[in-house]
Amino acid sequence: MTRQMTGAKMVVQALKDQGVDVVFGYPGGAVLPIYDEIFLQNDIRHVLVRHEQGAVHAAEGYARSTGKPGVVLVTSGPGATNAVTGLTDALLDSIPVVVLTGQVPTFMIGTDGFQEADTVGITRPCTKHNWLVKDTDALGDIIHQAFHVATTGRPGPVLIDIPKDVQFATGTYTPRTKARTARYKPRLKGDTAAITALVERMESAERPIFYTGGGVINSGPQASQLLRELVGATGFPITSTLMGLGAYPASGREWIGMLGMHGLYEANMAMHDCDLMIAIGARFDDRITGRVDAFSPGSFKAHVDIDPSSINKVIHVDIPITGDVAHVLEDLLRIWKARGRKVNKEALAHWWEQIEKWRAVDCLAYRASDSTIKPQHAIQRLEALSKGLDRYITTEVGQHQMWAAQFMGFEEPNRLMTSGGLGTMGYGLPASVGVQMAHPEATVINVAGEASFQMNMQEMATAVQFRLPIKQFILNNERLGMVRQWQDLLHGGRYSQSWSESLPDFVKLAEAFGCKGRAVSDPAELDEAIREMLDHDGPFILDVLVERHENCYPMIPSGAPHNEMLMGDDSTEGAIGSSGATLV
Amino acid sequence: MSALRLKKGTSSKSAYNLRDPHAEGLESHTLAVIVDNEAGVLARVIGLFSGRGYNIDSLTVAEIDHLGHQSRITIVTTGTPAVIEQIKAQLGRIVPVHEVHDLTVEGRAVERELALLKVAGTGEKRVEALRLADIFRANVVDSTLESFTFEITGTPEKIDAFAELMRPLGLSEIARTGVAALPRSDMSTDG
Repeated sequence: MTRQMTGAKMVVQALKDQGVDVVFGYPGGAVLPIYDEIFLQNDIRHVLVRHEQGAVHAAEGYARSTGKPGVVLVTSGPGATNAVTGLTDALLDSIPVVVLTGQVPTFMIGTDGFQEADTVGITRPCTKHNWLVKDTDALGDIIHQAFHVATTGRPGPVLIDIPKDVQFATGTYTPRTKARTARYKPRLKGDTAAITALVERMESAERPIFYTGGGVINSGPQASQLLRELVGATGFPITSTLMGLGAYPASGREWIGMLGMHGLYEANMAMHDCDLMIAIGARFDDRITGRVDAFSPGSFKAHVDIDPSSINKVIHVDIPITGDVAHVLEDLLRIWKARGRKVNKEALAHWWEQIEKWRAVDCLAYRASDSTIKPQHAIQRLEALSKGLDRYITTEVGQHQMWAAQFMGFEEPNRLMTSGGLGTMGYGLPASVGVQMAHPEATVINVAGEASFQMNMQEMATAVQFRLPIKQFILNNERLGMVRQWQDLLHGGRYSQSWSESLPDFVKLAEAFGCKGRAVSDPAELDEAIREMLDHDGPFILDVLVERHENCYPMIPSGAPHNEMLMGDDSTEGAIGSSGATLV
Repeated sequence: MSALRLKKGTSSKSAYNLRDPHAEGLESHTLAVIVDNEAGVLARVIGLFSGRGYNIDSLTVAEIDHLGHQSRITIVTTGTPAVIEQIKAQLGRIVPVHEVHDLTVEGRAVERELALLKVAGTGEKRVEALRLADIFRANVVDSTLESFTFEITGTPEKIDAFAELMRPLGLSEIARTGVAALPRSDMSTDG
């Protein structure tokens, strides 16, 4: 059945057919026909953000916490350019987001019209794919293709630029089942010979390790289940990147903590000394590898990834397996079981003894204080008091993000939303808006710094308008903590522009937005303040005034390998060499 | 031709060379990329090379299947083996890219480029230009009393050599198409 309708109606119809229930957006001249159609229906809720960047981060939060694509609707020109940071963030973290932008009418394209920008040109390098729709007849097909591209293979953001005349014109709608989606078909099953070769290595490995990443979570809940089964059955230690936290539970027996620049000592030492590294849905990011030529020098490496360009990009691996994590793990488990479930038990026991020795170093230890709130302590108390809840955590970017990753335990996938690849300050607050929209009954907490929080704090108004009881947990050290830490290590403690002067009173700010706020500086009152935040039925800003000069350890200084970690302020003298200083 | 010690292709002069041309183990590869002939597809390919710092020595593109909306892009690039592999993987990731063939690896390929050269001169130089053009099997496609425009087809090296010889004879303008390449069939003999 073919149906005639306007382009604007087609957009809403296609979104409904894709099962979209929420759109994050901001209206403007070039999308008014679509907004008119949104006005005329009740199936799709529209969340009016206060800035288009917030719309994309909210859609990312929605997508990460549900596994479904997030949808954004913004206008042409500034609407589209404001979305660019969010698109780049979603690209680097492989988050499925569909952004619809308005455009000046086709006959005006190229005339420098009002609010005209070359949106597909600007967003070409920060989307997985994008389209400029020049014909209403093609619109339905393109929207369905866009959802397909965003959600299959390695997920990512896509953008559809829709000129205003295309929205007004009438055309034939292509239903979802007729859309030309077959052209993009990434390979899901891994090569059986390669998987068998990996199983053979697993049977004899003396010091194996699983190194997992966000790809496990992107592959879906099935992948996390299979990973848990595989890890439990083999007894191999498992570490994960920031993006992969929760795929294997933090309380799991084989869990040895996050790895990387601010990862745990035991995880990094185990990566350095292992003889078999099984990388699953992780991409050897520079936060993970440290110095590349000294990265895990003695190990045999296997790498499972759905994106062939991630394999051998940074680190050469011995067994590349291109495929979807869940598909590959299923085959891996089947083959390993069929061959008799063999592991090198004796060697594994020795390996665990060694790991326990590293663990005994207690790398997260910090000096406690009765007079000031230590940021690590604040996170620990937040963790303790919120653990039993149906809880989702978002973070901003900086020290607080790393402390959250170190001190909070994630038991399930899709529970931590954080900007890993791009490191976007201002991500967490709008992301928490998106998460809360998807999970109205859950407790959604944004662990923030006072500087990151200010980057998109206008979204508090969105939370208040839509009655989203998001909790903003601000570790306020009146500093750009991570910048300051690097200035300590690299620039002789000259804190160029890294302090926050003229900070707003966050309690009054909360009141100005029409929500509740509280400040706490006395460690004795911390628990009570956290409880008030968690119990409050509405958006809440908790301004936790913490120790100002705390640095985040352990740390692999830039240009150093995994086994040369800094454990605390005492060990930082001359830690970064001249070659490391150029790295970020 | 080797006596002229010319660099292969036009790589040394390309504005798209972003990586160190003296890095060790550099290889030149010819890639054939089959793409949907849709708006922006060439920009995606070029943007990939500039954005990730890969080299483009030569690039040609044209529609090859009008009904199927397909184009063929031929790219000559230089890089270390790891970079070449990465380029192929990154190209394969672009949504409207259907196939990526490394003609350098898949077996010997026929590579041809077409060039137009305008050579201005009189007297003996003019006669010499014509004589050399004959040796190189270049055709005269336009002529005035003061100039010839030659059309020459061949490998980039052949065109480099011809251009070098024409320089002292009054070469005033040159237009090159870049390399088009096809893999040789199994049965074909060198031709």
